[in-house]
Amino acid sequence: MNLKLKIWRQANASVRGKFENYVVRDITPDMSFLEMLDVLNEDLLSRGEIPVAFDHDCREGICGSCGFLINGVAHGGQKGTTVCQLAMRFFKDGDSLTLEPWRAQSFPLVRDLAVNRSAFDRIIQSGGYISAPTGGAPDANTILVPKEIADSAFDAAACIGCGACVAACPNSSAMLFTAAKVHQLNLLPQGQPQRDQRSLSMIVAMEEEGFGGCTNHRECEAVCPKDIPIQFIGQMNRELTRALRHGERKFAHVTRDAEPAEVKR
Amino acid sequence: MNSLATAPAKTGRAIKPGRLPGNPALALWSTPIGKKVVMAVTGGILVLFVIVHMIGNLKMFAGAETIDAYARFLREVAQPELGYSGLLWIVRIILLVSVVLHIVAAAQLNRMNRLARPVGYEVKKNIATSYAAVLMGWGGVLLAIFIVFHILHFTLGAVGFKPGQYEDLQVYHNMIIAFHVWWIFAFYMVSMVALCFHLDHGIWSMLHTLGWNTRKNRRTLRALSRLIAVVVFLGFISAPIAVMAGWLH
Repeated sequence: MNLKLKIWRQANASVRGKFENYVVRDITPDMSFLEMLDVLNEDLLSRGEIPVAFDHDCREGICGSCGFLINGVAHGGQKGTTVCQLAMRFFKDGDSLTLEPWRAQSFPLVRDLAVNRSAFDRIIQSGGYISAPTGGAPDANTILVPKEIADSAFDAAACIGCGACVAACPNSSAMLFTAAKVHQLNLLPQGQPQRDQRSLSMIVAMEEEGFGGCTNHRECEAVCPKDIPIQFIGQMNRELTRALRHGERKFAHVTRDAEPAEVKR
Repeated sequence: MNSLATAPAKTGRAIKPGRLPGNPALALWSTPIGKKVVMAVTGGILVLFVIVHMIGNLKMFAGAETIDAYARFLREVAQPELGYSGLLWIVRIILLVSVVLHIVAAAQLNRMNRLARPVGYEVKKNIATSYAAVLMGWGGVLLAIFIVFHILHFTLGAVGFKPGQYEDLQVYHNMIIAFHVWWIFAFYMVSMVALCFHLDHGIWSMLHTLGWNTRKNRRTLRALSRLIAVVVFLGFISAPIAVMAGWLH
């Protein structure tokens, strides 16, 4: 397969970026999308040009490192698939593909297709933990979890934090990510002691990072490589009203060394 | 399209606590999700209102006496306890507060959403959303203009009528005169299309925002939302079309 690529090139956040056109040849259908970019980068290196930067790690669809938009769709458009697991047979010979990084105020660009997603880390830092007693490990089955609840918590825990939800959202909202992270712990008995505190802290952190709000377009769910369902968003709204009803007002604010842009409420 | 993104944020470790206002209503209003909840609840009140309003309008087909009597009933109901128009004013105040909260929350959230993506995409494909969802904001603006016009028009008789044409509480008479004016008819039609779209996304959104959406009932809730939107739309356009077509005179 031969493909025409139009890729966003930007050396760093403080210089202007622009699209560059490339042609890749002799791509086999069983290559992954990232392997195709590897071929392009080998070619660029051999010609003494600067390779295209993109995030990747496990290439098994479970780490959440990779991700960019292909022709306007986060992770390329194959349902429930990260871009590293997207095989080139998904495309046709001669296709023109536009590659763009996640665009959001809260995801500052690092280089080319790589963006800084530490805003997600700070949301998790603000409340994504449980209080675990010290001492010997408790016996298995001492804490009983109903099957349906365990399944639901696992559905939420499947989130790999890739940021596709934010990238696809017309409002750059991190609601799906935050809802998944809140529910992963709020649903389980182990998450109960900090439940209200967690809901409030993570929701406030999400807002302070400058993400937008949810207008129920369902774009996030459509591109989520882990098929996180949007009902977690509605349930997170309830977790907030529950926390406020219980008198929870304190939230943990994770500060940054450098504030990106001013965000007003 | 070129971009100058903001400097990369370094991950800080310091955690400092903050506090929301103690008052539950203010605490809710201080978070974007809380504002969404306010929009959902006020939207729900307004949905109930448009359904009742639409059913009231259908009395046009029962004749002038019926709908004019209904207009008087709305003012005389709960007399003498609340006085003439007493209950009507209570409802009007609830609706006014709902509309104002709904619009203020929408405007504030919209501003936040626009700030969240300073650099846009060259190519962006929407794959799940609907026209109704995308048009929510502009449709809302049109509906706000419509509400002001509608009150000045049918409630006060201040616009759209030639001097002496408008008669207070003569609903049938006023409707017949009003909808023979083509631009008023057209504006009402366009506004009702906007209402239909707004309800199609809005009712489902309300149910979802309040956490009633589950994996099992999603299709049902979306179908219900569309059904209510279409029924309200057909109910509202039926009388003006009947007037324009000359079936009611």
